Amino acid sequence: MTRFDRWLANSGAILLGLLWILPLLYAIWTAVHPAEYEARFVLDAPLTLDNFAKAWAAAPFARYFLNTFTLVTAILIGQFVLCTLAAYAFARYRFAGRDVLFALVLLQLLVMPDILIVENYKMIRTLGLVDTITAIALPYIASGFGVFLLRQTFMTVPQELDDAARIEGAGTLAILWRVYVPLAKPTYLAYGLVSVSHHWNNFLWPLIVTNSVETRPVTVGLSVFSTTDSGIEWSVINAATLMTSGPLLIAFLLFQRQFVQSFMRAGIK
Amino acid sequence: MQKRQWIHGWLLVLPAMVFLLLFTHVPALTTIWNSFFSTPRGRRPSRFVGLDNYDRLFDDPVFWKVLGNNLWFALGTIPVSIALAIVMALFVNRAFTGRSLVRMAYFTPTVLPLIAVANIWLFFYTPGFGLIDQLLGAMGFGQTNLLGSPDTALAAIMAVTIWKEAGFFMIFYLAALQSIPPQLTEAARIEGADGWTIFRRVTFPLLMPTTLFVSINAVINSFRLVDHIFILTNGGPDNASSLLLFYIYETSFRYWDTAYGATLTVVMLALLCLLAIGQFFFFDRKVHYK
Repeated sequence: MTRFDRWLANSGAILLGLLWILPLLYAIWTAVHPAEYEARFVLDAPLTLDNFAKAWAAAPFARYFLNTFTLVTAILIGQFVLCTLAAYAFARYRFAGRDVLFALVLLQLLVMPDILIVENYKMIRTLGLVDTITAIALPYIASGFGVFLLRQTFMTVPQELDDAARIEGAGTLAILWRVYVPLAKPTYLAYGLVSVSHHWNNFLWPLIVTNSVETRPVTVGLSVFSTTDSGIEWSVINAATLMTSGPLLIAFLLFQRQFVQSFMRAGIK
Repeated sequence: MQKRQWIHGWLLVLPAMVFLLLFTHVPALTTIWNSFFSTPRGRRPSRFVGLDNYDRLFDDPVFWKVLGNNLWFALGTIPVSIALAIVMALFVNRAFTGRSLVRMAYFTPTVLPLIAVANIWLFFYTPGFGLIDQLLGAMGFGQTNLLGSPDTALAAIMAVTIWKEAGFFMIFYLAALQSIPPQLTEAARIEGADGWTIFRRVTFPLLMPTTLFVSINAVINSFRLVDHIFILTNGGPDNASSLLLFYIYETSFRYWDTAYGATLTVVMLALLCLLAIGQFFFFDRKVHYK
């Protein structure tokens, strides 16, 4: 590569980066300035947090955040428990029907609950769970992706460690908890980040099964807030938008390296 | 001993399998079953109607419109976001000042909720007030209505999707690039190959397994990503920007015609399976596994 080529590639990279971050920067600009400065980009525009205060007061965002927080925590715990147990069996046990069951697990990578909204809604209605946070979580707590990812990791754990623990009299669950889980920590972190960001952002299914303030996650809350025609200013909607993505965005900026590596790790396997 | 292994194995997979069956496999099967019945209305229970729902499907202009839209959506977003992802990965796979900032810029849209992203882009697209119009206005052009006109609404939705997805796919290419031994490109360079040739003959073929993985993901996403439509266009104008899953939602939860919704879902399931199988065989001959 000549010096010119290198310069060209670097400028290309930076230009594309600017283009990519521009929508977010613009959202931040409108959110922290008064409405008059929506399209007037002057350096001495006064900064304000009014838009955030207005958005916070205009809709029950505190409750929405609590709902989302409950939701992603419940899903994460459920997924960790169920996927760990199943992944261990698929990695280390021989039993009739194992390959068929594993194929069924992998099938979920293609046919996700996301697209089976009609029948899943009927199922939730039969269970009498419409408009609960449990209803949003249930279809996702057994994740084919999670089982697959953890199985791949568990298979790299040396069998000798398993045998040694067994000789010392440890039971199945004790071995899983003391040998496998600690060795798979990076995978749990990776999967956890992917899962939390996925379910924080999920919209369609929660929109279908919730219809009250007490259960709505922030994504649905935001759409209710921004689509009501009550003359809410752009800058306030933008403040609300940033608020709902805020926690995830800040977590991402703080743990950028882990985030990127987690997504990589989750993808390669 | 053998028997204990069995019992333990089954007990361990049981909880996960129950939920998987309950919310993925059983619903997939009842979707097919219910597509042969009518929607229960009031006191009229649902009854077997044979292929009536499918007849209706074939005569439904909205269905064909939406299917066509989804096809354009896939054809428009998948190649562009994959190409951009490769370019981005190549860009940030080299050392330069500001590299991690640039990588962050590419990846940030991935962590934002699609519904929030749609709100941000709505500012750009809004006629008159929107940023695009303000900029065009400043340059002396007239107003646009990208979301409101049938010719551009789908393209506007596609632009948002590409922006959201490219950085996500970049990650996988970045991981793949880092696993390519530098000796390979070095050898090609010594042979006198230029940058483009090295990419075309060495790097790109080695990225094929990643491309297979990413493109299967992209195909699934092209059916799944509809959140932004709710904010940007609501499928309009005149279904110009509606996609299959959005139409399923409208049919089932706005008009409560769940039997027809199930029939539409069957089409979606069939398409997903066909595409996944097709892609696998198409790429299988071209992928060079290490």
